[in-house]
Amino acid sequence: MTRPLTHPSPTGSGRPGTGARATPPGVPAPPPAAPTAPTAPGRGWAVARGTAWAVAAAVPLLFLGVFFAWPVLTLVGRGLVVDGSLDLSGFAEVLGRPRTWRIVGLTLAQATLGTVISVLLGVPGAAVLYRSRFPGRGVLRAFVTVPFVLPTVVVGVAFRALLRDNGPLGFLHLDGTFAAIVAALVFFNYAVVVRTVGGLWERLDPRPEQAARSLGASPARAFLTVTLPALTPALTSAASLVFLFCATAFGTVLVLGGMRFGTVETEIWIQTTQFLDLRAASVLSVVQVVVVVAALAVAGRARARRERALSLVDTPVRAVGRPHPLPAVVTAVVLVLLALPLAALLLGSLRTGDGWGLDHYRALGTTGGRNALTVTVWEALGNSLRAAVDATVLALVVGCLVALLVSRRPRRTAARRAVGVLDGVFMLPLGVSAVTVGFGALLTLGHPFGIATDLRTTGVLVPVVQAVVAVPLVVRTVLPVLRAVDPRLREAAGTLGAGPGRVLATVDGALAVRSAGLAVGFAFAVSLGEFGATSFLARPDRPTLPVVIFRLIGQPGADNYGMALAAGVVLALLTAGVMAVAERLRGPVGGEL
Amino acid sequence: MARTRAARRTIRHTAALGVAALALTACSATGGSPSGGSAGGDGTAGGSVTLVTHDSFHVSDGLLEQFEADTGLTVTQVAPGDGGALVNQLILTKDAPLGDVVYGIDNTFASRAIDEGVLEPYTSQVPAAADAEPYAPDDSGSLTAVDLGDVCLNVDHAWFADRGVPEPATLEDLTDPAYRDLTVVTNAATSSPGLAFLLATVGAFGEDGWQQYWRDLTANGLKVAEGWSDAYYTDFSGGGGGGSRPIALSYASSPPETIPESGGEPTTGALLGTCFRQVEYAGVLAGAQNPEGARRLVDWLLSDAVQGDIPGSMYMYPVSSAVDLPEDWAQWAPLADEPYTVPLDEIAANRETWVREWTDLVTG
Repeated sequence: MTRPLTHPSPTGSGRPGTGARATPPGVPAPPPAAPTAPTAPGRGWAVARGTAWAVAAAVPLLFLGVFFAWPVLTLVGRGLVVDGSLDLSGFAEVLGRPRTWRIVGLTLAQATLGTVISVLLGVPGAAVLYRSRFPGRGVLRAFVTVPFVLPTVVVGVAFRALLRDNGPLGFLHLDGTFAAIVAALVFFNYAVVVRTVGGLWERLDPRPEQAARSLGASPARAFLTVTLPALTPALTSAASLVFLFCATAFGTVLVLGGMRFGTVETEIWIQTTQFLDLRAASVLSVVQVVVVVAALAVAGRARARRERALSLVDTPVRAVGRPHPLPAVVTAVVLVLLALPLAALLLGSLRTGDGWGLDHYRALGTTGGRNALTVTVWEALGNSLRAAVDATVLALVVGCLVALLVSRRPRRTAARRAVGVLDGVFMLPLGVSAVTVGFGALLTLGHPFGIATDLRTTGVLVPVVQAVVAVPLVVRTVLPVLRAVDPRLREAAGTLGAGPGRVLATVDGALAVRSAGLAVGFAFAVSLGEFGATSFLARPDRPTLPVVIFRLIGQPGADNYGMALAAGVVLALLTAGVMAVAERLRGPVGGEL
Repeated sequence: MARTRAARRTIRHTAALGVAALALTACSATGGSPSGGSAGGDGTAGGSVTLVTHDSFHVSDGLLEQFEADTGLTVTQVAPGDGGALVNQLILTKDAPLGDVVYGIDNTFASRAIDEGVLEPYTSQVPAAADAEPYAPDDSGSLTAVDLGDVCLNVDHAWFADRGVPEPATLEDLTDPAYRDLTVVTNAATSSPGLAFLLATVGAFGEDGWQQYWRDLTANGLKVAEGWSDAYYTDFSGGGGGGSRPIALSYASSPPETIPESGGEPTTGALLGTCFRQVEYAGVLAGAQNPEGARRLVDWLLSDAVQGDIPGSMYMYPVSSAVDLPEDWAQWAPLADEPYTVPLDEIAANRETWVREWTDLVTG
């Protein structure tokens, strides 16, 4: 019972959800059923509509401007403005250091390798977890997402426990190597590819592939020539996200590679927090943004070329029984590899001074050995949950508005460009270093706009910075759904007398709400795990779970260490639970993530 | 005009949604109990005072509450990072200070904080201030020593006893082939014990000699881990995490943590001939909203109650001679008699150069 949600437009050139709006500029005669139908009451209505969109754009822009752009630009400005005038000599100096180029090269190499391997392993994973049916599939889908949101400090501990000389995988001699970093990056980002590609694949109209098969193509050929091209939008979307995450990885690289394998991100952190060399940090921040924008631009082009002529179905394609052996084997191996560090974490949390037990879990209700903490781990969990609720609400409001705006394809070229830029701008928080955001926030958000309370010391900024990180994920989850809305649905609603607000609510809203479950899950999970910027802004008397884990691991005493691992397991289970629920809430239309 | 009304409604809805979200955030972010953070006092007792610390600051339950009860002050805590990050943030925000008083600037960053004008001089008159005086970074009174500790190499007694290898004692011993592949230290650029150990080698071998020492150390199979916990729990054989290296960079106060649950002696010991002394300071921030409250907090940090609590809460040694060390510390965690030292102005002048040279030398 599959019903095509959208068909390729009659001309074959329209992209789904955009219809004739994808007509190249210069082609006259807009489609007759455009919103400005002859019944439109005229100029007053156009102004009102313009105002509504302007407000819809202003809210997210204001949010991002105040809580992201202002802090970041202020800090970068400190580095590049000397005695009131712009001094760009820092570029020549920093870019003249061989170390800088080595680090830029390492960053690109690690991000490229991490992305390629994640995609190569993730596509079979998507096939198995989203195109096949077998018992336990839902559990495995939630399981693969756990690494994505684990705090890097916990993953670093788990990886090093496996890889060190006398660890279970010590014979591979990977400790402190480039390979270990890439492996950890794949560990973190595998889920991004599986979910992004799987979500689309699940809803891909199977008939073109069936047609190819019935015309005599081998399964491999049908996959390569029909299915793979259709998956390209999801693949490029996943690849660009993974590239961003890899290129800006911080904790993983620092713990597993030290300075030998520093990246632009770790270098910014060292230059800022240890040397206070804001000139170098600013130059490196600009370099990082250039790399990120270039990656986004490449991905955006590849995606745009491919997104047209895609046909989706509105319920998941009934998955063919058991998975094909090749992807099944690949995925089984990957799942075992993903499970290894998690198992190391679990075993560590169960190991007590004199054998095995739940002592460290019982200790979560205490403040640790010698009162290592100011609150119990459970209280910290409560703080995390509260902050995550706030961050999720903020990220959803802002992210949905952005997705709504970006899903439009205005007829005017300038407006269309603006929409494209907006799409990219809201991805930037994923590509700017947390230390830049955190330090910048300390500089700018003390008493912004004359607020009497010092925002930096109250803890209210914690959910805000978490939301800044979560917004891009919400956008990427909701956007494809909105884009896939058949414009004829809106037009039909319009000609039947529904006002634009009503159209928005009953057509776009109703469809988007079904993807919102997953967006909520992701935003929530990302907020739970965010550490970088949070660590600058969390109040010591109200720490979040990742902050107490970090603190416990930094305190003497084997009990505190065991407690940190137990707290890490709790965070992992909570994340898996949140993602499993989000998966259930997810409507029939999947997002990219 | 149905559409116009609908459009207006959309605007209203959007605005209402935004306001609702902000309101919701505001109420749950504060957990329903907005405390502290309001404008500071005006120089008299009462009001609020904001304490900026590194992220290891902690005192036992009740101490801070007692201070608040005694003074009528409300204390707000901010902990925006570890040692170096803390000082750098104070420098960046000195036009709009993060708080009134700072605790946790150590002797490797003290001169920078003073030179940048982050602090306002204050000389405490409480009894322990006399004990703190010898540790003062200069005679400006900008910073008051609160506690100290020694960063030293620790050894796993059992590892050496089992193999019949004598334990090393000096820095030079570590470059002996007998101790090849046995030592793990931490990154001097990213961890404060790592920086302290780099300074110990500068103190031991001089400004011209430390680099050759590190070359020898690296050639003898040195491992550089990222942070203290990474080295101690993952690489150190005596840290309880099952690592493979029996010599690790840690603190003079670490051994008592390795006393078996059944009692007896610690399974590890500190090499007191390899130590660098860290001193942690408190000071009143320039531009404090509540300088009087800030001074009272400095006095409180030197009070017997807090000084006596410091070993248990922060693993450091109190500066005050009036309080007793915990029993296991008195027995198993002595401070070094002659730790390596480097003059503070030399550290301030050369720290970055040394760290950059160290980075090139050791991590390539």
